[in-house]
Amino acid sequence: MIDRYTEIVFNRPVAHDTWIMGLRSPELAAETRPGQFVMIKVRSGMDPLLRRPFSVSGIEEDRCVILYRVVGKGTEIMTTLQAGESLEVLGPLGKGFAMPGEHELPVLVAGGIGVAPLFFVARSLEKRPLEFMMGFRTAREIIRPDSFKGPHHTLSLATDDGTEGHPGFVTDLLPPFLEKHRHLSLSLFACGPQPMIKKVAEAAMRYETPCQVSLESAMACGFGVCQGCAVKASSEASRAYHYVCQNGPVFNVTSIDWSRFC
Amino acid sequence: MSAWIPDLTTRLGPLELKNPVMTASGTFGYGLEYESLMDLNRLGGIVVKGLSLKPMAGNPPPRIVETACGMLNAIGLANIGIEAFLSDKLPELRQINTKVVANIYGHHIDEYGELAAALKGVEGVHALEVNVSCPNVDCGGMAFGIDPAIAASVTERVVRNTDKPVIVKLSPNVTDIKLVAKAVEGAGADIISLINTLTGMAVDVETRTPKLANVVGGLSGPAIKPVALHMVYQVARTVKIPVIGMGGIMDVRDALEFLIVGARAVEIGTANFVKPGASLEVVEGMARYCADHGIKHIGEIVGSLRSVIGKQ
Repeated sequence: MIDRYTEIVFNRPVAHDTWIMGLRSPELAAETRPGQFVMIKVRSGMDPLLRRPFSVSGIEEDRCVILYRVVGKGTEIMTTLQAGESLEVLGPLGKGFAMPGEHELPVLVAGGIGVAPLFFVARSLEKRPLEFMMGFRTAREIIRPDSFKGPHHTLSLATDDGTEGHPGFVTDLLPPFLEKHRHLSLSLFACGPQPMIKKVAEAAMRYETPCQVSLESAMACGFGVCQGCAVKASSEASRAYHYVCQNGPVFNVTSIDWSRFC
Repeated sequence: MSAWIPDLTTRLGPLELKNPVMTASGTFGYGLEYESLMDLNRLGGIVVKGLSLKPMAGNPPPRIVETACGMLNAIGLANIGIEAFLSDKLPELRQINTKVVANIYGHHIDEYGELAAALKGVEGVHALEVNVSCPNVDCGGMAFGIDPAIAASVTERVVRNTDKPVIVKLSPNVTDIKLVAKAVEGAGADIISLINTLTGMAVDVETRTPKLANVVGGLSGPAIKPVALHMVYQVARTVKIPVIGMGGIMDVRDALEFLIVGARAVEIGTANFVKPGASLEVVEGMARYCADHGIKHIGEIVGSLRSVIGKQ
């Protein structure tokens, strides 16, 4: 983990209220694993004060790619940043995903901006067969995975309002899939809004499918000192709370207390 | 013109630091988390996360929320407990060439005494910092540090049970901090540090719920600096023992303000989250300031606030 100034190589919208940014940093590009994140200081000074956490969505040569949704003060400022400007970035941080075994079929389930870390996973498994389910609120918010799609990757799309793909939640797609493929060894990866993650976790545990989830939390430091990013641990854990920045952001579904999650 | 290297050594009564810059409890873990990010040997001191007799898990989330130029925290004093600190953290901390201050707090006054006793004679811990801003379970959860007499009792209990310099860290959430300061000085405190966080809250207008699960939290960051600075000014003019100032220090200019109003040392807190190397930048900045202003020893500016009236 290092704190460094990185050069913004590109910063542009890819969907409604959703942007993609490339940051040049050979060290970040070499060290970051799928599931890890960085803490970005969007503007120097004290307002906004804290850095913001972002999953790394991919690595392209010496560039670290961030996908972000505009949800508040910090991310709005990010949309004004130009190529050539420099950004203070701390990372790579956190525990990334464990890659699936050779015999396992990876199944990725994403909701909205939750696609961000899962694009990195898909890219790392580019040559393998892979099932990618993604859900968005409406068609204009769909983040097209064109640059992240491998030749054997199967994509299923859902929109809450039915403007494209399956009309409904992405989690509608999962149980039928798990049921249909129960003879296979599956490895689930999930990221998205809390209710979505919880539903995936419940389905995974019902079908006894190994499942890793990437969680998010408000963070002040991102590297394990402020203790702000607590999430309630399940009874199998040795502690009452896990810390999303240190023990996560990737967790096994069995280590979270889902009844206290949301 | 001869060149000199400014002298930053700082004497806080029985505690001597190589420079006036320490890191504040709750913002620097047990120090080791920052090892890869900066040279900890250059710090004046590290105040570790507050230690309780038994490990504490902390509050349910959400525990933090950003506010204008600051943040609210309701971490809930989560810590590994004194035993785990002694066995798992201190051995490595001892390797660092800096002063280590053990911040301690209790739910009952007895616990303060027990914690002090547990650290008695422990090599590698150079001072105790007594947190009196936590709720006193015996007094309906009101903070120990709100009542001067209770703050004095806690101080006296710690002083009685330790062989180390005692720093008492004051809460700003009081009517008159000078009274608390005088009381803890009278009870035997060697040093006073202030301020701890200001009580505050935030609300989510969509859900109409508090943004913190605990409803209230402590405000820190640049937003509190003016309040902290004034309180340090008041306390430094009230007590004879050395004062450590903290509250919203982000850079060297902030730190210098605290020295000028009477603090002999500073603690950097929230700034560490934003810029892990902030405390070292303050050390370097102090040396530069001294060189630029022809100041041979940093102690010369402590309490050097000039009166405006004199200008007329």
